[in-house]
Amino acid sequence: MQTPVENETAPLLQARALAFARNEEPIFGPLDFALHAGDVVLIEGDNGSGKTTLLKVLSGLLQPTSGEVLLHDAPLTLAKLSHQVALLAHLLGLKLELSALENLRFAIGLGGLRSGITPQLALASVGLEGYEDQPLRMLSAGQRKRVALARLLLVPVALWLLDEPYANLDREGIELVNRLLDNHARRGGAALITSHGAYAFTSGTPRRIALKPGIGNRGSAIAEQVSP
Amino acid sequence: MRPGTTAAACIALLRRDFVLTWRRRGDALNPLLFAVMVVSLFPFALGPEAETLARIAAGTIFVAVLLAMLLSLDALFRSDLEDGSLEQLVLSPHPLALLIAAKVLVHWLTTALPLIAIAPLLAQLLHLPANVLPVLLAALALATPLLSLIGAVCVALTVGMRRSGMLLTLLVLPLIVPALIFGAGACNAAQAGFAFIAPLLWLGAWLALALVLAPLAAAAALKISLT
Repeated sequence: MQTPVENETAPLLQARALAFARNEEPIFGPLDFALHAGDVVLIEGDNGSGKTTLLKVLSGLLQPTSGEVLLHDAPLTLAKLSHQVALLAHLLGLKLELSALENLRFAIGLGGLRSGITPQLALASVGLEGYEDQPLRMLSAGQRKRVALARLLLVPVALWLLDEPYANLDREGIELVNRLLDNHARRGGAALITSHGAYAFTSGTPRRIALKPGIGNRGSAIAEQVSP
Repeated sequence: MRPGTTAAACIALLRRDFVLTWRRRGDALNPLLFAVMVVSLFPFALGPEAETLARIAAGTIFVAVLLAMLLSLDALFRSDLEDGSLEQLVLSPHPLALLIAAKVLVHWLTTALPLIAIAPLLAQLLHLPANVLPVLLAALALATPLLSLIGAVCVALTVGMRRSGMLLTLLVLPLIVPALIFGAGACNAAQAGFAFIAPLLWLGAWLALALVLAPLAAAAALKISLT
């Protein structure tokens, strides 16, 4: 389904010798990888191995210590953030006082709307039909996560950076994430997702990037690409 | 695919923040009650003589309004930071300065405007001469947005810290002292029968400057705070 390595088109996202250190302590890197349209890449690593930090660097929220991130062959800087990136972080960026629908409408106002979809449709496709007008405060952690996934469906962004998208989700939810990722890749999008390995990525992702913890083990703060 | 316009983003943010303020309206009332409480305590402390109270009325109301606004300032970006909305705002394709300006506008409309609206009542409590009231309202209308804008820059600088309340107060207070001097000064001048236009014009000039520069500074500070 996906042909990640031998892709002739310019990569959507490219990391070149990307490394990040906090207080001289290396967190990850140097990393080299490219993400093409249609790629879903899983970043694996233990707790504290720098997965979240990597995603923040790739989204432009954090400046890398060395190396660079290229987005459509243009360097990514905090001053010039691209609207080609959607980040789903641990903090979902949803308001508990607002209903699911109100949260999604705000996201559309901020990020725009993909053609051929409405907030109601997006909520239905993440299995939240009937919860449109419930305040998010009344929903469970897994249901809130699904609302955040619905936001990804609405906003016209090609590159998804998902931090632990499987956390808090039930078996059906994990399949839902895989289905969304599949569809997104098929539409020409790309996604980088992190996982600490407890959840299986079932739809046969072709590429993984393994992060090894850098703290206390400076020499091995490298990433290796593992074939499935 | 249809990326949204910046105007649509600002309107969406305005609408969301108004709805959020309405849903947390108990918190929104706090500054109002605080100002009423401070002002109504002065007659008890100083005695009910109308002359004494009239002399301190404008200054007291000014201080009470500015402190009440300071009380609500810390919340400007706090909840957005805690639930991750701030990251989404920063990552959105729109100029962060404009989005911050929208947030500051909501802050001013929901905290300062009610305070200005009850200022005539507070003025009555302290026997402020009727001819000074318009000057007081004009001075408040110029000084409160100034505080919202300066405050936004300081909040943006401190929002990344765990307990920033004290630092925020220390940062904001010296910056708003000029607004207090000129605002209350205009009222005192009007009360003494002197010309009061010049201090108001100074406030207006500062407000114009802050309207342009504060959102840009706040956006830069916020990006630093997030990293």
